[in-house]
Amino acid sequence: MKTCAITGIGIVLFLSLLFPFSSTESAQQDIPKKLFVTPPPFSEGIFPCSQCHAGMPVNRTPRKLEAMHQDISLKHMPGGWCFDCHNPDNRDTLRLANGKIVKFEESYNLCGQCHGTILREWKNGLHGKRTGSWSGEKQYYLCVSCHWPHDPPFQPIKPLPPPVKPADIK
Amino acid sequence: MDNDEKENKNLTRRTLLKGAALGLAGVALPLDRANASFWESFFQKHFREMNDAEIKKVISRLEKEYAEKYKKAITIGNEKPLPGVLFGYGLDLSRCIGCRRCVYACVDENNQSLDPQIHWITVLRFKKGEKWVSLEESEKYYNPETVPQEDYFYMPVQCQQCENPPCVKSCPTQATWKDPDGIVVIDYNWCIGCRYCMAACPYGARRFNWAAPNRPSEKINPNTHYLGNRPRYKGVVEKCTFCVQRTRSAQGRYPACVEACPVGARKFGNLLDPESEMRYLIKHKRVFRLKEDLNTNPKFYYFFAYGN
Repeated sequence: MKTCAITGIGIVLFLSLLFPFSSTESAQQDIPKKLFVTPPPFSEGIFPCSQCHAGMPVNRTPRKLEAMHQDISLKHMPGGWCFDCHNPDNRDTLRLANGKIVKFEESYNLCGQCHGTILREWKNGLHGKRTGSWSGEKQYYLCVSCHWPHDPPFQPIKPLPPPVKPADIK
Repeated sequence: MDNDEKENKNLTRRTLLKGAALGLAGVALPLDRANASFWESFFQKHFREMNDAEIKKVISRLEKEYAEKYKKAITIGNEKPLPGVLFGYGLDLSRCIGCRRCVYACVDENNQSLDPQIHWITVLRFKKGEKWVSLEESEKYYNPETVPQEDYFYMPVQCQQCENPPCVKSCPTQATWKDPDGIVVIDYNWCIGCRYCMAACPYGARRFNWAAPNRPSEKINPNTHYLGNRPRYKGVVEKCTFCVQRTRSAQGRYPACVEACPVGARKFGNLLDPESEMRYLIKHKRVFRLKEDLNTNPKFYYFFAYGN
């Protein structure tokens, strides 16, 4: 019995030495099971981007936008511009720095390029908000649900009224 | 004193005593209110001494009473603690912006009285950079245009669901106790309103119904739990129950405050599940519990996710 158990442990150890990164690699791409991400908070009528951009010539020079999207002033990542994140070849998708294409629904992978520790904590349920069930299916909010990607800091909000002071009770 | 007079006096005393006894009985058990519901509530047993059938009977009686009072159907659940579950709560002080969304989400979920006002959550505001955190110098009536304000941080306080709860020890009628899933609950039909538990609680988490709770019928949340958010009475104590009606339900929903927080500062999970977000945050983050030195052993963990 004992030798059996010891060989068993030995085999497991040997296998884990052979494939040391297999488990961590898959964990980096997937989000945990039983988790559902909210749809990206597009402004109405803006998506798919290809409805305007299809067939439009692509101008790859960084410049100030004047004809469209003037309302977007990029206050995120100084010196950056549209195609650092948006995919010039297909506007309905985003593009990572390594050239990999990601969907808008998985934009957390894009944010995680720089904010790696935050992405890790988001996947573990620490950063960001979860709704649903503590024991079962959860819904997760995309980074962009709370952080407008072109100006990410959380905007101050009006607090709800303070409690009634004992002196004000009639 | 002659004999006649003595006899007379004895008789009067006896009659007086008889009369007094009858009169007292009349006051204590008013016959005009002697309907079945009244007698049943008068002789209701302690919650933990009742079997399921008896609890069911009590619940159907209460549902009838509430239906009469609020003119709508209110269901009272009695979900038992789940085996292998010990609830824990996490609150990220580095993210909380003090917006009080949690306070009012709690009020709506748990049927707190609107006037007189009862809040189960108090958000305290502290100045940054003081020598230490002094609860006495905190501000709970802050009301700026927008939050968060520069130079301040915020700390919401509610029932800490202690593993060693002083409120439970101080209750003379055992109307409050800690269930196996760690939630400290109150039986509002057993509470006599002595408020010893409020004096014993080091966190000021318990609230008293000084007057009959006042909440319009259309604002009553009809999904309730016997030990949780069912409508309360005048003269009983209430407090946060980790939304027992949600967290113990079949879906295992998050408490209302967790879902209301716009910055995701509030975390909730099973402390016995190594995969839960609670265990992750306790393992990886700086964590403290309020007034840890009192040995109350709270299951409410304040932590700092940002800036190690």
